[in-house]
Amino acid sequence: MKSHLLAAAGLALFSLYAMTPARAEDGEPYIHDPSTVMQCGGKYYVYGTGGGGLISDDGWTWHSGAVRPGGGLAPDVIKLGDRYFVAYASKGGGMNGGHAGAINTMWTKTLDPTSPDFGFKDNTVVATTDGIEDADAIDPSFLLAEGRLWLTYGTYFGYIRIVELNPKTAKRIPGNQPVNIAIDMEASAMMYRDGWYYLLGTHGTCCDSANSTYNIRVGRSRKVTGPFLDNMGLDMIRGGGKLFAAASGRHVGVGHFGLMDLGQGVQKFSCHYEADLDRSGRSVLDIRPMMWKDGWPVAGDNFEEGTYEIQSERGGYALELAVDFVRMANPARGPGFMRAPTGPVTPIAAQDLAQVLPNWPTGNIDVRLNDYMIRPNQKWTISPVANVGGYPGSPYFKITIAGTDRALAATAEGEVITVPTFTAAPEQLWRIEQLIDGTYRIMPKAVPNSSEPVALTSIGGRTPTLAKFDPKNDKSKWNFRRP
Amino acid sequence: MSVFRRILMLGAGILALSAFQGLSAQPGFPAPPPAPVDTHRSIAPYFARATAHPKAPDADGFLQRWVLLEPIVKPNRSNNVLTDSYVRAAFSTEYFPGQFTVVPHDGDKVTVAGQELAWHALDTSTFNAKIFRFAYGLNKPTYGVIFWAVTVVNSPREIKDIRLAIGSNSASMWWLNDKEVVDVFGDRHMIVDDAVSHRLTLNKGRNVIRGAVINGPGLSDFCVRFIDEKGAPIKDITMNLE
Repeated sequence: MKSHLLAAAGLALFSLYAMTPARAEDGEPYIHDPSTVMQCGGKYYVYGTGGGGLISDDGWTWHSGAVRPGGGLAPDVIKLGDRYFVAYASKGGGMNGGHAGAINTMWTKTLDPTSPDFGFKDNTVVATTDGIEDADAIDPSFLLAEGRLWLTYGTYFGYIRIVELNPKTAKRIPGNQPVNIAIDMEASAMMYRDGWYYLLGTHGTCCDSANSTYNIRVGRSRKVTGPFLDNMGLDMIRGGGKLFAAASGRHVGVGHFGLMDLGQGVQKFSCHYEADLDRSGRSVLDIRPMMWKDGWPVAGDNFEEGTYEIQSERGGYALELAVDFVRMANPARGPGFMRAPTGPVTPIAAQDLAQVLPNWPTGNIDVRLNDYMIRPNQKWTISPVANVGGYPGSPYFKITIAGTDRALAATAEGEVITVPTFTAAPEQLWRIEQLIDGTYRIMPKAVPNSSEPVALTSIGGRTPTLAKFDPKNDKSKWNFRRP
Repeated sequence: MSVFRRILMLGAGILALSAFQGLSAQPGFPAPPPAPVDTHRSIAPYFARATAHPKAPDADGFLQRWVLLEPIVKPNRSNNVLTDSYVRAAFSTEYFPGQFTVVPHDGDKVTVAGQELAWHALDTSTFNAKIFRFAYGLNKPTYGVIFWAVTVVNSPREIKDIRLAIGSNSASMWWLNDKEVVDVFGDRHMIVDDAVSHRLTLNKGRNVIRGAVINGPGLSDFCVRFIDEKGAPIKDITMNLE
């Protein structure tokens, strides 16, 4: 009871820490209508409208350099066996003045344009529209599910359609006829999960920079050919679609969903923003976390810098510097618990860093988990670190005790400590990713003398360590709460 | 227990008790029964004398054989003083010779502040060692005390990358083969695997675990086991106190 009262008083006084909106990808992530992001040879590739695309070493910093012949619109990529297949619209979508569209597929052994194995082959038309019918064969997207390969395509000119392709060659199954599954959207994409087929598509206005109303919506069906109903039961072929992602922060016009399944409970999605207001309103790539709630995908946000409590999902305890607990002065309570309090109500200042810092050791200090008491040794400032690389969607972060340079670090023994000064050493850099259940995975960039990927783990109720990440166990999961 | 502790901690116990007594005087509230007098104190059924036979951990890996020293008096009206530095200072104080090295036997005695205290080699009937009941059953102080506990673990093999996992009421520190490996500070409840050591190696053969638990008011107990990287208990070990 006492703790709650003190906490409430402390929280009321505690000023909020400045938060910086998450930045879309680093480098020159300029692209429109991005494909699914693909990994090949340790690098990341994404292709866009007009030919070419982007390459990244880590999924965070992007540069031009990917090569895709054929030009046209809105490609997609999928790996089938040992080959990478690309689909793109070679015509339609207003190109050549009409809606006579065509989807082509082709393949290459590698996406690395510098490799002798690079080179697209077997360019084949797999779907067309005649320019008169209510469909325009552009914006293709692959789905491989249950051993079968599907391709959706279409735009606002009529229907979104689905056709079946050969899962080995990405050519059309002979005799297969297109099925209309949605209407008045574009940039369709599909996912398959737990017996449900999810159809995502972009509603709103494209290609108008900061005034684009592009937003991503979703419906689901037990059958790949629909009907795809939204959360209100409205069929997407009648315009339905549950909102998945819309404008936020400094980013306007979200479109062209692409799934990135990193495994171990980490799913992300790629998209473009029609306008990044911090980058001259250019169209940029972003990669964001994706969660699931009640059978529906939910767009998450990349981790934002700020000051947080780091809470273990296992026991709900907070990560803290292992230093003496310093009591706050107990306020006068009047006659005690058993009677109503008397006297004026006044706020009580939270414990300040300056009150406790002089008594902290100056060298390395252990960390542990404990009851969260809004104390200075439990508040962590998490900030992106420039020029040290990143991972899909985010840069690496440093995790320091708020108001100090004391940084969380991995040790060669696979444990976690704090060091008095942040040096940007790899063991002091942290990868923070939201999991599909909304909790977070926290991983050091490196552990000295080890190449094993490990994650911050609550090995005991109150003991943190580094261990192999287990997506099915709460000991591997964390929450970030405003302090 | 925690409510009682807080009342003590705040020095409001008299007020609270008066209030309850006041309630009992009201119509409809029966007078509380008189506190029972325990004239047959015993450490049973919580403890039994350790036998000469090696004892394995229980099904969950908890160590149930300990040599316990009768409590050292360390008065504390509340547990809010049990900070890291206070507990470290309390446990680094030498109360008796060989405190950090001895492997005691049943019946051995030490003298602390002029008071003779005996070691008792015991097997616990529960996964945790109910040291409040140990003190109570022996008519020793139960509040404001320090308990020392020692056990010897024999391992048929060297076991690397395991951890000593403990829980205690209240604060405690634990050493394996004379090296401090895990601790808990503050006003603690006993929770299984509350605190866990860094990765350590259990020697093939003999290993000595030494622990100290400090408590102000309230029940005292502890539980100890080894766990592997996945949190599973280590069970192919025995204790024989030699």
